Amino acid sequence: MGDVAFHTATTVDEALALLGDGSDARVVAGGSDLIVQARHGKSLPGTVIAIHRVDALRTLTSSGDLVVGALTSHATLCADAGVRSNWTAIADASALVGSHATRNVGTLGGNVMNASPAMETGGPLIVLGASVTLRSAAGDREVAIEELWTGPGKTSANPGEICVAVTVPAQPAHTGSAYVRLEYRRAMEIAIVGASACVTLDDAGNVTAAKVALTALAPTIIRSPAAEAAIIGTDGNDEALAAVTAGASADAKPISDLRANEDYRRAMAGVIAKRAVAVAAQRARGEEFPIPATPVFMKGSGQ
Amino acid sequence: MKHAATLTVNGMAYPVELEGDTTLVRAIRDDIGLTGTKEGCDDCECGACMVMIDGRPVNSCTYLALQAVGSDVTTVEGLADGETLSNLQSAFLDQGGVQCGFCTPGMLVSAHALLRENADPTEEEVRLALGGNLCRCTGYTKIASAVMQAAKASV
Ligand SMILES: Cc1cc2nc3c(=O)[nH]c(=O)nc-3n(C[C@H](O)[C@H](O)[C@H](O)COP(=O)(O)OP(=O)(O)OC[C@H]3O[C@@H](n4cnc5c(N)ncnc54)[C@H](O)[C@@H]3O)c2cc1C
Ligand code: FES
Ligand code: FES
Repeated sequence: MGDVAFHTATTVDEALALLGDGSDARVVAGGSDLIVQARHGKSLPGTVIAIHRVDALRTLTSSGDLVVGALTSHATLCADAGVRSNWTAIADASALVGSHATRNVGTLGGNVMNASPAMETGGPLIVLGASVTLRSAAGDREVAIEELWTGPGKTSANPGEICVAVTVPAQPAHTGSAYVRLEYRRAMEIAIVGASACVTLDDAGNVTAAKVALTALAPTIIRSPAAEAAIIGTDGNDEALAAVTAGASADAKPISDLRANEDYRRAMAGVIAKRAVAVAAQRARGEEFPIPATPVFMKGSGQ
Repeated sequence: MKHAATLTVNGMAYPVELEGDTTLVRAIRDDIGLTGTKEGCDDCECGACMVMIDGRPVNSCTYLALQAVGSDVTTVEGLADGETLSNLQSAFLDQGGVQCGFCTPGMLVSAHALLRENADPTEEEVRLALGGNLCRCTGYTKIASAVMQAAKASV
């Protein structure tokens, strides 16, 4: 690595002042993306500004809208009772990140700003209609989460901006959400394919609104309009779920890499999206489903 | 660029001079001289470098040393009471949870952190808590048994 200046900020204002226009400085929260990338030859900037002591960003309010300070860790998110009951897909996602150690240091702000198309919380934040608050010397601006990501590792934030919070609106009654990841192992895994769903039912149990997002299936996390259209207006029966499978596979734009080839990813996009929609609908009906909503391969295997 | 700082490791304050990009594992091993903590992959994958920061497990190979200023760092050397091994350490010996030993410091730290939060875990919870620690020798069964033995001893 190189000659790196290091500062620890204790307020957002201090961090913003140190960051300047962001041309040769970067904030580090948990460091679980930034420092790992630095070990892969992506050198650190001339100045690293540690923000993990900015306690004002370590907040979580889950009455009314969900407002999550950027420094809130995955460990905190997936343990929060409000998140688990009302924005369950986020709890599913945070519970799957890395290992205990990764969830302790990794923050929601870091996950969102790192903009990996395979990142866990992205799909849930899209289907739940989240936005991020970006702060600069000029003040705050609110950006819809789908407008934040512009490509792998790229955001529409300016280099001099700091993400201070992620806001997720309160959801209507009879709404459930889920994030399901296709994984080869239970811990320390990167999504091969992921799918998120948020489903709202009317009193008769018919789907009045649905959003489906696909993870690791395009350069950014994308919505699947075909999967959404397939489930809205139905009661979530098997025929509708089969149409969700076909719709999600059609909307996926996967790549081949050493983890999975394109055809496999496309096929699994449908399967995983169907499971996400089915679990979201179950939760919308008030039925319990374990968090994270992923087959727990541990069961039975470790005895 | 050297930064003068103080790191608190196992309750002792160590004055150090660190580069901005020095990782915590390098500071603990090279600057402080505690070599129990291992550098395996140096890529946040294997868990050999696991330490506790303010009581919670963290991979020290991908945490900047200067980020730990102001926190309490616990390494494997901090688990024993002088020459007296902790229940957990003794259980690793009893159960044969150690072969080459390279993963052991990280396993001990992760397991210690688990037992602090959950004194009576199921074996599944133990295996999940050790999900970020790789072992090339034991096949994990004896490690899991050791953690279960230590949990039973303290409940
Ligand atoms: C072993 C391992 C396993 C992992 N597994 C998963 C996984 O399963 N799923 C997953 O999604 N991720 C995973 N990750 C990635 C990472 O842990 C998460 O993305 C985490 O949420 C990143 O948070 P951080 O605070 O550590 O980010 P940092 O590394 O501190 O920051 C990441 C990037 O965001 C920027 N940034 C951070 N905070 C802010 C802010 N407030 N405002 C502006 N910019 C900011 C930084 O400058 C940097 O560019 C894993 C990482 C490791 C090392
Ligand atoms: S050396 Fe840190 S995880 Fe392998
Ligand atoms: S005992 Fe050799 S790696 Fe675990």
